Amino acid sequence: MSLMLVFAAVLAIGAVAFFVGRQRALVQDDGKVKPHSRAHYHGWWAFLLATMPALLLLIVWGVGSNVYLQEHIKSQLPMQTADSPIASEKLAASLTTSLANGLRRLDPQTAANPPASFAELQPQLAARGVALAPDTQDYMIPIAVDANRMQDRLSLIGAILILAVSIGGATLGVSHVQVRARARNNVEKLVLWGLLGASTIAILTTIGIILSLLFQTINFFERVPLTNFFFGTVWDPRFAAAGSGGSEGQFGLIPLLAGTLYIALVAMLVAVPVGLMSAVYMAEYASPRVRAVVKPALELLAGIPTIVYGIFALVTLGPFLRDLSAALAGGTGFIQAQSVFTAGLVMGVMLIPVVSSLSDDIITAVPRAMRDGSLGLGATRSETIKRVILPAALPGIVGAILLTASRAIGETMIVVLAAGVAANLTANPFEAMTTITVKIVNQLTGDLEFNSPQTLVAFALGITLFALTLVMNIFALYIVRKYREQYE
Amino acid sequence: MTDIPLNGIANGTVARPRRDIGLKRRYAAERRFRIYGVLAISVGIVFLAVMLVTIIGKGYTAFWQTTATLPITFDANVIDPENKRATDPNVLITANYPKLAENALMAKLGINPDDKVAARKLKGFLSDGARAQLRTMVTDDPSIIGTTRNVEILVAANIDSAFKGQIDLSVDESRRKVSDQQVTWMKQLAAEGSLAEHFNKGLFTFGASSRPETSGMGVAIIGSFYMMVIVLLLALPIGVAASIYLEEFAKKSRLTDLIEVNINNLAAVPSIVFGLLGLSVFINFLGLPRSAALVGGLVLTLMTLPTIIIATRAALAAVPPSIRSAALGLGASKMQMVFQHILPLAAPGILTGTIIGLARALGETAPLLLIGMVAFVADRPATPLEPSTALPVQIYMWANEAERAFVERMSGAIIILLIFLMAMNITAIVLRRRFERRW
Repeated sequence: MSLMLVFAAVLAIGAVAFFVGRQRALVQDDGKVKPHSRAHYHGWWAFLLATMPALLLLIVWGVGSNVYLQEHIKSQLPMQTADSPIASEKLAASLTTSLANGLRRLDPQTAANPPASFAELQPQLAARGVALAPDTQDYMIPIAVDANRMQDRLSLIGAILILAVSIGGATLGVSHVQVRARARNNVEKLVLWGLLGASTIAILTTIGIILSLLFQTINFFERVPLTNFFFGTVWDPRFAAAGSGGSEGQFGLIPLLAGTLYIALVAMLVAVPVGLMSAVYMAEYASPRVRAVVKPALELLAGIPTIVYGIFALVTLGPFLRDLSAALAGGTGFIQAQSVFTAGLVMGVMLIPVVSSLSDDIITAVPRAMRDGSLGLGATRSETIKRVILPAALPGIVGAILLTASRAIGETMIVVLAAGVAANLTANPFEAMTTITVKIVNQLTGDLEFNSPQTLVAFALGITLFALTLVMNIFALYIVRKYREQYE
Repeated sequence: MTDIPLNGIANGTVARPRRDIGLKRRYAAERRFRIYGVLAISVGIVFLAVMLVTIIGKGYTAFWQTTATLPITFDANVIDPENKRATDPNVLITANYPKLAENALMAKLGINPDDKVAARKLKGFLSDGARAQLRTMVTDDPSIIGTTRNVEILVAANIDSAFKGQIDLSVDESRRKVSDQQVTWMKQLAAEGSLAEHFNKGLFTFGASSRPETSGMGVAIIGSFYMMVIVLLLALPIGVAASIYLEEFAKKSRLTDLIEVNINNLAAVPSIVFGLLGLSVFINFLGLPRSAALVGGLVLTLMTLPTIIIATRAALAAVPPSIRSAALGLGASKMQMVFQHILPLAAPGILTGTIIGLARALGETAPLLLIGMVAFVADRPATPLEPSTALPVQIYMWANEAERAFVERMSGAIIILLIFLMAMNITAIVLRRRFERRW
């Protein structure tokens, strides 16, 4: 019996429990005693008792039996010697597992007594659309058959246990139904736990990010010294194709970090003045009619995915700037098609709506009284803005700028398409540089061996990026929060 | 009564000149400042307009595709020269189908079948996709062999571009991809009416292909659809549940503070970091398949959750306390108050936040690159566990292709993606306007 079927059966038992429980509650309510909970709460309580423990057991059993099966297969495999065709025990176990899965596709007769040699078995499996690695060995076949038999046994026992628990829960739930039973309180308590559980997902995600990055990063630093990564000025990871074992490479963070910060700087130089001025204009000058048109337009600009900006930079703006600079210089252009300038410019435009919507909130949060006071003393609007509103909003704006900068540092698609892949260390904004995010993408796409430093470096880069943005975000959020409290 | 009572000079007293407080200068500064504001806004709007115009200009032609309608004779001598199809089913699979199309084209153009030079030039005229197309026709209905049918066959990408007028024919023949002979044939066929542009259905149904004319975003659309469904099914309930807890039930404590900071921070974590998380947790640790829409959906769910939580909390907080007090006063439990009164009133705000979150997830590319969705997937995935791609990833892959026809398809795909996103964003804006309630 497959787990999906058991799952459906448990839900069906739960549904029955719900209706029986509710019906029982309705019948018991004879109007003499005021019932504590309405009938459907009794139904829900029976449903929860019938399903929750059973589903929990289902998950535990599913994972547990899988682990047990793997161990079982491993214990039966002969020791791998140096001259055996399969490199590791892990690989042999996974080959056996896929063989066992493949056997399941055959008709039961053949699956129970398959031919003894893999050469005979393979065409039969191939006819069913099962493609197996050619280095599957003959001795794996009986092990796989045995594993399948054991899996059948395990899932049968599991199914019986789970269904028993479910039926037991349902009976218990239905037997709980009484006029004064506090079914609603029970149900609500469980729902509250569910809500709490949902809200911890955010924490789990963060822990997941940190742990997974940290784990692989430690793995990386076991192969490459810390100082070579953080203070290295050369990025030349070399190529490690799958199976080659990985060759020596240099993993210097400095050129990537420099590129990241340089492009982010150019982007901020575009985005901050433009975004801030738009926000000021929208908040202080624009008539409601203009606001009604421009604000959605800026929101649409914010809704365009970054890949579209990247493609615009790659296909249109980059070549245009190159040709333009060629025309200006007469001959070869001084702006390369992929350059810090192009990427920064486009990223800056992408960030305009981010800056403007963040600062719009902050500017409108400045109390009306300060504005009126300044205007009443005879200051013009621009003077009020420059001397009263902006200084008052300054901490918030700094926070907004920091948040935007963290977006710029973490932005990926624009730089992947527009900044280039050469890890240069240069001060010329018209040349190509590359960023941390570009290299993460480069190192992890394509057919690479996972356990090589070439791949693991992506996680070291990732944790650097995460730490960098984390510090900026927390600081920015702290400032913005503090500022908001100031005027509340 | 004097005529000029206020004129000091007429009265003989000397008026003090008004102190120069630089009004002119200050008003000029005011005007300048305003102009800066207008300029700043125009920069954004102009850029938006230029970007949209260039993309649409490059991409709208992708929605049409040139096809040649040819009377194809399913000649048994070509398909099955040794007449073995009754015993060997492989004959129908491996038969020389392009030859059928070529023969039909030659007959149509009046070329002598023995003219080897012309035959070679003709090779690049029709798409290689004709093979699969004719094969499917024959294997679906073997009785078609021996008959003649009119079949619409895609022409090769270069001919398509030339027919759409995108190739400069004044360039020397050796430096363009279409030969003069092919252009002549193209014009001949067009004059006869058998070469024409049709709506490009293939763009929406085909999967990945190395030939532009037979590549489409069918796989990508299905992959994106699966992911959006997963995000909606997971992120919305979890997000709403988390917000309800934080906004309505949580007492202010260390834990809730931590959760708050966490959520705000997660909303600002670079999306690529979520890709790294997905790669090491979902693929390497949990062993889920690479390139699968399921993994993509899970990663995007984690990414979208903070957006939905923040929007939902704002919507819940906007419901006035009087509603809460009224519900509680009538004897509702706190849980009943939340689910029966607050949640329905907050629904429009939650919906808006969800749509915006979904739109962001739909356009997200970077994390999907890391979990292996940059894959050459030709067949449409039947389940979210099978390899697939996503719309923005498909765009990215086409951006890396050199051929002109791929750029056209890429821009066409961007237009589709933008239409989806605009529709979602506009729905969100309209919803917000429509149901925005001032209490």
